[in-house]
Amino acid sequence: MSVSTCPSEPAEAAEGGLDAIDRAIVLATQSGLPLVPDPWGAVARPLGLTGEVVRARMQRMQESGVIRRIAAVPNHYRLGYVANGMTVWDVDDAHIQRLGREVATIPGVSHCYRRPRHLPEWPYNLFVMLHGKSQAEVERQAEALRERLGEACRDHRILYSSRILKKTGLRLARQPGPPR
Amino acid sequence: MSVELAHRPEPADLDSADRRIINRLQDGLPVVESPYAEVAAELELSEGELLYRLERLLDDGVLSRFGPMYHAERLGGGLTLAALEVPEADYERVTAAVNAFPEVAHNYRREHRLNMWFVLATETPERIAEVIVAIEAATGLAVFNMPKQEEFHVRLHLPV
Repeated sequence: MSVSTCPSEPAEAAEGGLDAIDRAIVLATQSGLPLVPDPWGAVARPLGLTGEVVRARMQRMQESGVIRRIAAVPNHYRLGYVANGMTVWDVDDAHIQRLGREVATIPGVSHCYRRPRHLPEWPYNLFVMLHGKSQAEVERQAEALRERLGEACRDHRILYSSRILKKTGLRLARQPGPPR
Repeated sequence: MSVELAHRPEPADLDSADRRIINRLQDGLPVVESPYAEVAAELELSEGELLYRLERLLDDGVLSRFGPMYHAERLGGGLTLAALEVPEADYERVTAAVNAFPEVAHNYRREHRLNMWFVLATETPERIAEVIVAIEAATGLAVFNMPKQEEFHVRLHLPV
């Protein structure tokens, strides 16, 4: 399996580097970190660990890129970001790597990925998420992208989200046994 | 765009402390012994007030989550984006069928012929294909699988 190429993260995957205790910590925190003064201790106690062990392991997982960060995930709409556009672009394969990196730096861009086309229904191979307080703002951001992509881009669309149907974040479906 | 407005949460009324908390904590909590106390000091709040406000922001749905954001592939798991072309008359049934899969982490309605877009996160990379087959069986629709081939940027930050 390939690892991500995001330059801000370590290149080596921690895949296989997680032991049973790490996995137990992942399972215990995937719905959230406890909102108490000692969150590490609160995670540790039911697992029979100490808070310092949990803290150190989470720090190591963050350094290895298993944890991107421990952060607040906002509901876009509740913050006033009512226009959330998944913009999709049909970009010349010969230039997509360079252009993907370039457009990733445009303000308003949160995620930028290359994905496969499904011809004839779906010709788009570059996906760029844009967030704005109005559709006009997203359209201005998309226009900046279009200019940057230039002639390498044949066509694009903005797909606005009109309803959140589910948002639970990542869940591990199968539960490995607790650490001994 | 107006079709589904009723399902979209209204923008929240946030005071200055809420805004500082939201802006600061989108960047990440320090992994230190007393992380909330450290962030509270930065924001000139007491630890208790920070925790109370965070809880309220979660309860009010201003934040959908607070905690570690795991990198699915580096956990050894599988991750993909997939889409369906769902007939309008069948939209509620298909939504329920798709959301019933625990592997569906996010699901959004989008205005396009492909009108349902969801993220699958699975325990193993191989499991993605199995879940797709199961979703096709449950919905009777063809799944367009669009796994990422290259990641140029991932950084959601919505300043308020």
